Amino acid sequence: MLGLGVDRLQADINRLLTSLFHQGVLDEQFLQLQQLQDETSPTFVYDVINIYFDESEKLLRSLRLLLMDREFSDYKKIGLHLNQLVGSSSSIGARRVRTVCVAFRSASELNNRPGCLRGLEVVEHEYHYLKNMMHELFQLEQQRLLAAGVRYPM
Amino acid sequence: MNWALNNPNPEEKEPTTTTQSSDFYHLGAKDSSQKPRKIDFWRSGLMGFAKMQHSVAVKMNNGNNNEQVGNKKGSTFIQEHRALLPKGLILWTIIVGFISRGIYQWMDDTSKVRREEVLVSMCDQRARMLQDQFSVSVNHVHALAILVSTFHYHKNPSAIDQVVNAEREMFESQHNWVIKTMDTGEPSPVRDEYAPVIFSQDSVSYLESLDMMSGEEDRENILRARETGKAVLTSPFRLLASHHLGVVLTFPVYKASLPKNPTVQERIAATAGYLGGAFDVESLVENLLGQLAGNQAIVVHVYDITNASDPLVMYGNQDEEGDTSLYHESKLDFGDPFRKHKMICRYLQKAPIPLNVLTTVPLFFAIGFLVGYILYGAAVHIVKVEDDFHEMQELKVRAEAADVAKSQFLATVSHEIRTPMNGILGMLAMLLDTELSSTQRDYAQTAQVCGKALIALINEVLDRAKIEAGKLELESVPFDIRSILDDVLSLFSEESRNKGIELAVFVSDKFTEKGHIFVKVHLAEQSKDGAESKPALNGGVASEDITAASKPSSYNTLSGYEAADGRNSWDSFKHLLSSEELLTSSEFEASSNVRLMVSIEDTGIGIPLTAQGRVFMPFMQADSSTSRTYGGTGIGLSISKCLVELMRGQISFVSRPRVGSTFWFTAVFERCDKCSLKKPTVENLPSSFRGMRAIVVDAKPVRAAVTRYHMKRLGISVDVMTSLRTAVSTASGRNGSPLPSGTTKLDMILVEKDSWISTEDIDAEIRQMNSRTNGNVHHKTPKLALFATNITNSEFDRAKSAGFADTVIMKPLRASMIGACLQQVLELRKARQQHPEGSSPATLKSLLTGKKILVVDDNMVNRRVAAGALKKFGAEVVCAESGQVALGLLQIPHSFDACFMDIQMPQMDGFEATRQIRMMEKEAKEKTKLEWHLPILAMTADVIHATYEECLKSGMDGYVSKPFEEENLYKSVAKSFKANPISDSSCSQS
Repeated sequence: MLGLGVDRLQADINRLLTSLFHQGVLDEQFLQLQQLQDETSPTFVYDVINIYFDESEKLLRSLRLLLMDREFSDYKKIGLHLNQLVGSSSSIGARRVRTVCVAFRSASELNNRPGCLRGLEVVEHEYHYLKNMMHELFQLEQQRLLAAGVRYPM
Repeated sequence: MNWALNNPNPEEKEPTTTTQSSDFYHLGAKDSSQKPRKIDFWRSGLMGFAKMQHSVAVKMNNGNNNEQVGNKKGSTFIQEHRALLPKGLILWTIIVGFISRGIYQWMDDTSKVRREEVLVSMCDQRARMLQDQFSVSVNHVHALAILVSTFHYHKNPSAIDQVVNAEREMFESQHNWVIKTMDTGEPSPVRDEYAPVIFSQDSVSYLESLDMMSGEEDRENILRARETGKAVLTSPFRLLASHHLGVVLTFPVYKASLPKNPTVQERIAATAGYLGGAFDVESLVENLLGQLAGNQAIVVHVYDITNASDPLVMYGNQDEEGDTSLYHESKLDFGDPFRKHKMICRYLQKAPIPLNVLTTVPLFFAIGFLVGYILYGAAVHIVKVEDDFHEMQELKVRAEAADVAKSQFLATVSHEIRTPMNGILGMLAMLLDTELSSTQRDYAQTAQVCGKALIALINEVLDRAKIEAGKLELESVPFDIRSILDDVLSLFSEESRNKGIELAVFVSDKFTEKGHIFVKVHLAEQSKDGAESKPALNGGVASEDITAASKPSSYNTLSGYEAADGRNSWDSFKHLLSSEELLTSSEFEASSNVRLMVSIEDTGIGIPLTAQGRVFMPFMQADSSTSRTYGGTGIGLSISKCLVELMRGQISFVSRPRVGSTFWFTAVFERCDKCSLKKPTVENLPSSFRGMRAIVVDAKPVRAAVTRYHMKRLGISVDVMTSLRTAVSTASGRNGSPLPSGTTKLDMILVEKDSWISTEDIDAEIRQMNSRTNGNVHHKTPKLALFATNITNSEFDRAKSAGFADTVIMKPLRASMIGACLQQVLELRKARQQHPEGSSPATLKSLLTGKKILVVDDNMVNRRVAAGALKKFGAEVVCAESGQVALGLLQIPHSFDACFMDIQMPQMDGFEATRQIRMMEKEAKEKTKLEWHLPILAMTADVIHATYEECLKSGMDGYVSKPFEEENLYKSVAKSFKANPISDSSCSQS
């Protein structure tokens, strides 16, 4: 709050990012995304990620609905949804979500219902993990911005 | 940039240069965003490795324990009973002894039986013969008796008549002698009857007139004979005169009037006289035995056993005992039923022990004992060896455990150190960013350098441990040898420059064109006192054509210094330079494998002969002073060796102390035939120099060749001149001599610093030439450039004054660097726009600034990202979330300069949308005669070739892979914009 923890916060952010890269949750695309952020669009990453979460939330919801339906057979629709999810995930560099989505998609192409259900669960798990991590990251970022914003007259 | 080994981190290949990695990345034009990922990957790999090693070690320990237990259980029978071994030997000896004894007994018995048999047969034989002989004699006597009795019929008194006392006188007077007794020879005393000998053989004539009745034996015999009427024998007695033992056979002669079946009285009465035969048994038997062989071997006794309790000896010396243990009795029947005789035979000598027994038994015993001893010895040996073996195994297990523990320790400790070290380094970096006094800064920087060195060391240790543990696997990726070598040079450029050392790369043209595979790398390190230092790098064919040894004063290496393997390098280098010598590489064509040989030569202290054997051992340095003087851990070469072996190659070296060393290694690579991989292997070099000409001034041909090689890669054709003066005069055309190859254009003169320094008074000429050409705006002005390893300020000033001002190219030479420098000199920067080989945000920005771009994507996130990326480059972005919307926006006339189209969209996909757009454009053209062509770039996540073709088919101009990569994006955009200049212009007009 007093602007003394900027470096510490930055270090925390870096550590968090590093661990995310380690785990393969994120890939370099995320860094590219960060590079796109500049003075003209200071909240670019935040915006994009938020859009991603909104969209993905919708997609996941409809996927769950589709799969919960007992007489369900519309694998094509699932495939479309998953394509969307894969595309947006790779755009933001959410590598692990993307990977599990691809697995899910191949299960849906085989009309493998149990595989799809399992895939959905995995995807949801990864998605929520990513969301939590991102949430934490943004919080840190916000704190850092706050801290960095504090200026003391010399 | 492609590596032959897909090392997660380039440091792995050149572990000693971690601190320069950043340099490396930049020069390699690597996307900086990739760096963290690589490092992350590297780290995670290490963590995984450390963990894995731990579990492996535990497993090994378990295994060892089991093994040990197994060994104890598995100790052999012999070992368990080792205490019994001597006892066993003794027992065995005893058994052998008993067996030998048994054998002796058996053989002895056998021989005894045989001996007895022989004795029996001999004895029987003798008895029979004696008996026969005797009966023959008896028969003779009998015949004589009959003869005598026949005579008797006609005489009275009969000549053989028994004489009764009454008739004695008449008898005596008739015969004219008196009857004498046998004992004394005196005239016989008066007796009832007499039996004087009337007839006798001449040999026994002394018997005549003796009264046979006077002898006890004879009298009894006579009486018995006349009673029985048969021949009777006396018991043996000493014969008269001869004193030999003998018997007398008496045969009665009866008067004719003998009734049938006469009684004893009748017989006595009828007796007319007697016939007696004396048998000298002794001589008889002796005579008989004399006729038989082997008579000496046995002793024969003949006994009269009529009185069983008192056998009388008939023959044989009673003292002569012979072998009393064995005898044989044979019955003798001399025809007198009243008398019984027997013969006893003995061997004269005791039975000798047979020879075969004498030899066999000791031999058997000896052999048996020896066999036993051998077995004992073997068992003892086995026990010893097994003991040793177990001891060794235990030691081995311990050694292995120690090794595992060592590796584990190294890995763990290294890993544990790295973690805090990262913190330390990070903090130091931050500290350096704060305001520090110069002393503080110095301290902090020192600490940082040390920390980095420590990390580098740990990385090396980990590399080594990883390679040792076999965890390192190679991946095949295509690469370009020239770029790789350039990168390697760049890693060392700063160090070498500081030391006054220079590096250069030379790869034979044949390498790619002819598939040639030997590359020699020459690095000539200048010794400390040398004023100039040159690196030399040779690519060479390995065929040997050794010419005369170079003289010590001028070595044919790049630096002019002697090299350890100098002749070889020069020869091979020459070989490589001579382009006529084309290498027939049929093997190469045949197999997809390429063997690459790289040799690195330097000058310097060399490696002491004593230390050469352990150069490749980890943590070994030539000697301890080496590490003090030059630093390092001595692990680099062992890692190199591991890597080379992984790549199925060999590594070795030649070193001469105080001259230098030549290291070489070979490695086997696969040939890359795929067309798709061809592109990346093309060198990423500026092409703006194509067709240019240059003169390189260098007195040293090898170095000049290296320079030429780099220039050639840039497309510049080079003439080499050895003298700067000639070059200047050629360039200025003062002496009117034509250019070497008769070309009209000379673009630059590149001068080696040595040549320039050594040529006095040339500055003025250069200046003159420069000033002349400076005034001339003509294109043909040759630019001057200077090559130098290091340059002092004064030299730099001189160079500036001479006209080299902006063109000192620092070695080591790299094609890309030369290119950059020359671009600067030749002011080709503007031209670069037309040849946008390099990509940078700046150029992309220039390309996209002010352009209006439509992004069509159903995915909001993608849309947003793409828009963000394009906006960053200055483009104005409009988004559309579906193909229909896009079509609506693109109704002609529109103001878009380009369109990025997602392929996979619901309802209308990218291909369809593009087709419709193209159709609209066509219609518009027909209507308005205005040509519309909107560059449409596909955005796709999967960049399969087929997809690309389909893109083109549906009328798109290119594609960019999603997610956007700057370079990729730039290329596509540049291409499509260039391909449609009309559209561009029309767009900008509209």
